[in-house]
Amino acid sequence: MRAFIEGIGILGPGLSGWPAARAVLAGAEPYRPARTLIPASELLPPAERRRAGIPVKLALAVGREAFAATGYDAAVTPTVFTSSSSDGEILHEMCETLATAEREVSPTKFMNSVHNAAAGYWSIATRSREPSTSLCCFDASFAAGLLECAAQVAVDRRPVALVSHDQPYPEPLHAARPIASEFGVALILVPEKTRQSVAAIDLELRPADGAETRLAEPALEAARQGNPAARSLALLAALARGTAGEIVLKYVANTHLHARVAPCR
Amino acid sequence: MQPLLITRFSIVNCLGAGSDAVLDALRTKRSGLAPCEFETAAIDTWVGSVPGVEEAGIRRGLEAYDCRSNRIAQIALEADGFSAAVSAARSRYGAGRIGVFIGTSTSGILEAELAYRRRDPASGSLPRGLRYHATVNTYSLGDFVGRYLGLAGPSFVVSSACSSTAKVFGNAARMIAAGACDAAVVGGADSLCLTTLYGFRSLELTSRRPCRPFDRERDGISLGEGAGFALLEKPHAGASADAPILLGVGESSDAYHMSAPHPEGAGAKLAMQRALASARLDAADIDYINLHGTATPSNDAAEDTAVVELFGRKTPASSTKGATGHLLGAAGITEAIISMLALRHGLLPGSAHTRSVDPALKSNYVLETREARVRRVLTNSFGFGGSNCSLVIGDARVH
Repeated sequence: MRAFIEGIGILGPGLSGWPAARAVLAGAEPYRPARTLIPASELLPPAERRRAGIPVKLALAVGREAFAATGYDAAVTPTVFTSSSSDGEILHEMCETLATAEREVSPTKFMNSVHNAAAGYWSIATRSREPSTSLCCFDASFAAGLLECAAQVAVDRRPVALVSHDQPYPEPLHAARPIASEFGVALILVPEKTRQSVAAIDLELRPADGAETRLAEPALEAARQGNPAARSLALLAALARGTAGEIVLKYVANTHLHARVAPCR
Repeated sequence: MQPLLITRFSIVNCLGAGSDAVLDALRTKRSGLAPCEFETAAIDTWVGSVPGVEEAGIRRGLEAYDCRSNRIAQIALEADGFSAAVSAARSRYGAGRIGVFIGTSTSGILEAELAYRRRDPASGSLPRGLRYHATVNTYSLGDFVGRYLGLAGPSFVVSSACSSTAKVFGNAARMIAAGACDAAVVGGADSLCLTTLYGFRSLELTSRRPCRPFDRERDGISLGEGAGFALLEKPHAGASADAPILLGVGESSDAYHMSAPHPEGAGAKLAMQRALASARLDAADIDYINLHGTATPSNDAAEDTAVVELFGRKTPASSTKGATGHLLGAAGITEAIISMLALRHGLLPGSAHTRSVDPALKSNYVLETREARVRRVLTNSFGFGGSNCSLVIGDARVH
């Protein structure tokens, strides 16, 4: 399955936006872990902006950066959203409320508890009526989203945006499912090479054989392992370096997703 | 799209386990809804519960996955000879060439709800027995189904609220077209849980009576639970001549509101139009529409507007949620299978609990089950976040 990567958006611990993250991932700048800075979304109408939680803001911020880097119109571009969990704060608050005698659930929280909340807000923000799918594949959620996005591009022959994001649960859920700092990444995949293509990517699912691709810098490797969406860092590092190579992403059922990357410039 | 054969399907919900039980209920207009006695829920509403879930176990070796939604999934996997059919397909294609695209809205969230009642009073920590990965995480259902069937092809869970298990047909069709697999298991499950019961009540969307889709007195939904699965394959010589065919998939977003439908059903209409275009068919080619028909005043009105704009007032249409309740993430596969039963057995399903159709709604609404020639059906699933999906399924004996 082949596609071309164009726009890139990223927000992670000490990784604010692709230009800064690219310098770090290419080794030109040192990596300084810091809290993920998530801006309020200017894309949303005021009512939706008030209701949107952290995962929605994160997803919208990286999606917006990816589109801003290209000339594509978000209103006519299908999307693939992928994350290991929906809004963890809401899951925690709903479960706490349901453990009380009154069980007075907030209707807004319930509405925002769906796994596709980010996709719903994105479509409102961009006025997009294009198809959107919201996936979950536990630790392999980024790999699953990349595979689905590439399949859509290959079959429908049009640009498709991928948004992968995950964020920590509060305690006590954090102990059951530890996820480190918030991390979001967005990529726009297109079927044909254009002047703004960053790299060609060829995907193939193979039985697991050998290890997944890791990062040499220990703090970056810790970030990669700390959040399912940050599994994308191995691929992003290859894009930042601008070198050809094969990235191995751990998938499910004892398989790996192999991504062969070839820079376009 | 390239049409795909649906060579096997299986189903369970409050009407019973297996296609025969569901077919019998459709023929006799039987409803499986009853006053809510689920868990400790104290809500004045009706629900459609799967009988026997408490007694059902989980297959040996997969005990870590034991939770209500996976139990319901297992009942469906063992119904209608489904797991045996997948086993035969596995020996034909190889485990790595069969994809697993599963939908759910809440997966095993009930386990998290129960765990929060047993937090350590001093530390607040959750009980040690909570298996987050195998039960609470949204992917746990897909993981369970893949392991149960011994499949190793591309796999993920689609979770887009009430359109989830309709959309998986689209994911499977794309993956097969892209060459990532040769066949796919699609479907999914949702169980009753306190999150959805209290959540829909907080939005004032649950009815105090059995839900009455398209009725002039409709006043909300009845929640249900269940599962369904289908095996999709590229057309091949060895396939049964009466396998239904997936002809088209149409997806859209409302871009309007997180929980309320677009008032004129703009997104719904777009999904139906795209499904027809994907099937290269016209509205006149459709013999029956299985509506999303949740029985809230606004949902049914919006869907009716969209249907009438696209199909006019003649195409027979009905919602079967008065029989099954609203299965949320499992609604899509449930109603796709009901549509296939309508095709295979030549019937238009009536609408349990609906007494008199709202005169403001202009669709040709089917109240009583009747026999008819059904060659092609369209089935709608619309969810929170404005996620819409329509499927077109045809009778292989015609196509």
